[in-house]
Amino acid sequence: MSGTIVAARAIAWRHLYKWIRVPANFMPTFIFPLIFFTGFAGALGGLGDLPGFDYPANYTSWIFVFSLMQTCLFGGLATGFTIAADFQNGFARRLMLVVPDRRSILLGYVMSTFVRAAIMSCVVTAVALVVGLEMLGSVGEIVGMYLLAWSLSIVGTLWAAGVMFRARNPQLGPAMQIPMFVAIFLAPVYVPIELLHGWLHAAARANPITYVMTAARNLLVGDVDGLLVALAAIATLFVVLAAWALTGVRSAERAGGV
Amino acid sequence: MSDVAIAPASPSAGVINPHATGTSLANQVGVLARRSIRGVLSTPAGWMPGIVMPLMLITINSSAMQSSTRIPGFPADRFLDFILVLTFMQAALFATSGAGLGLVRDIESGFLDRLALTPMRSGALVIAQIAGAVTVALLSSVLYVAIGLVFGVDFHAGALGIVVLLAISTWTAFSFASIGAWLALRSGESEALQGVFPLLFASLFLSTVNMPRELIQSDWFRAITRVNPVSYMVDGMRSLIITGWDARVLGECLAILGIVSTIGVAGCARALRRRMAKA
Repeated sequence: MSGTIVAARAIAWRHLYKWIRVPANFMPTFIFPLIFFTGFAGALGGLGDLPGFDYPANYTSWIFVFSLMQTCLFGGLATGFTIAADFQNGFARRLMLVVPDRRSILLGYVMSTFVRAAIMSCVVTAVALVVGLEMLGSVGEIVGMYLLAWSLSIVGTLWAAGVMFRARNPQLGPAMQIPMFVAIFLAPVYVPIELLHGWLHAAARANPITYVMTAARNLLVGDVDGLLVALAAIATLFVVLAAWALTGVRSAERAGGV
Repeated sequence: MSDVAIAPASPSAGVINPHATGTSLANQVGVLARRSIRGVLSTPAGWMPGIVMPLMLITINSSAMQSSTRIPGFPADRFLDFILVLTFMQAALFATSGAGLGLVRDIESGFLDRLALTPMRSGALVIAQIAGAVTVALLSSVLYVAIGLVFGVDFHAGALGIVVLLAISTWTAFSFASIGAWLALRSGESEALQGVFPLLFASLFLSTVNMPRELIQSDWFRAITRVNPVSYMVDGMRSLIITGWDARVLGECLAILGIVSTIGVAGCARALRRRMAKA
């Protein structure tokens, strides 16, 4: 077991090192969430004045939670591209030869993406504070909000790893990106779920990310409402997506890492 | 059948028929543009997201942000009518990477250098890559208009307005494609081009694409939209959908497009001269 952890740590460190050393890898992971955040927070403030929009903090705070979650979730997608690139350049094949327990490869990617999500969250938070983010919750509630967001980095990594351990080709990136993109945008991104109508309201209610996002928004303003449902949603996603990712690892093993 | 034969859409393989000697620039561009379009269309992973992602975004946002239409002074009754312009702009943005990455591939594979040894004019390759990307953007825009019509978007400027909308969106794609080609010729590296794409993407989301300027509450964001040229492109195209014929807004849009495309084309010409001088 300790060998698995040692290998996972080494893989995580290599992934983080590559992320920081190569600006082409580093910059998009920061820039896209910040673009969405500034674009939405700046343009859509008027939505906060709509009847039925009763969030205690300002609209910047409302959209901040979405941006934080998007940052964490999409960080997993960036990891998916790293996995595909590792298969393309032959590194994954060598990795599979030297690592006895291949689950450590998956664990390494999950660990590094989690650390990366924490770093990127700090950047998004700093920008949000500059443009008026209000944090009304206690320290514990704010920490809880970040933990919920960071847990989505694990969800994103497990999903992306499951796709890319199977596809092993960055050209199939859209197959990994599009479902994730749809999943987060089918949550109540811009307005509370009560203000959504028709098919989108039904889709948002069925979407587990809705409950995580709602609980995180509540924690930001000092309300623990919906936290248990969010934790249950996260736990379900972990179980389902861990199975998806692990079977992906098995698929790569069967293919001989090529 | 053309008298200029060029192999394959495959970016790395470029074999030119020696009988090409003496053919016109238009003919050379035509052949190379077909190669560029085939190259794009043969890799669905390259063009599919450019069509699918904007459609998904407007499908979801037109429902998610329908509440925006309840903001006093909002200029449309349906958010879909308001946000449809996003698809045209994204198609134009993808033309940046379409033209730029196509050209970078030709530079990296040595195709541009080999072309310099033939009677083909190297400018033809640049124009062709731009033409290829613009054609893909135009086809996407036609699809978006069709989808808009199917979903009941009321184009206030009428049938002629749709034609003008397609013309403006094509010109917008041309402007962005020329900038993509310029950057490709300057750097010759796909990494440099990919690094610029987020900035272009930012220019779209830091514009009036999601909200009319007069309804934006944040002063800093309103100021950004005022200096962001993309806002004027968005407003010009959108006016044809939700307002009708607005000479001032269309005039501003065309003026900005004229400036951006002039900068792009001039940059391309200069960067191409330098690159060919080095070759």
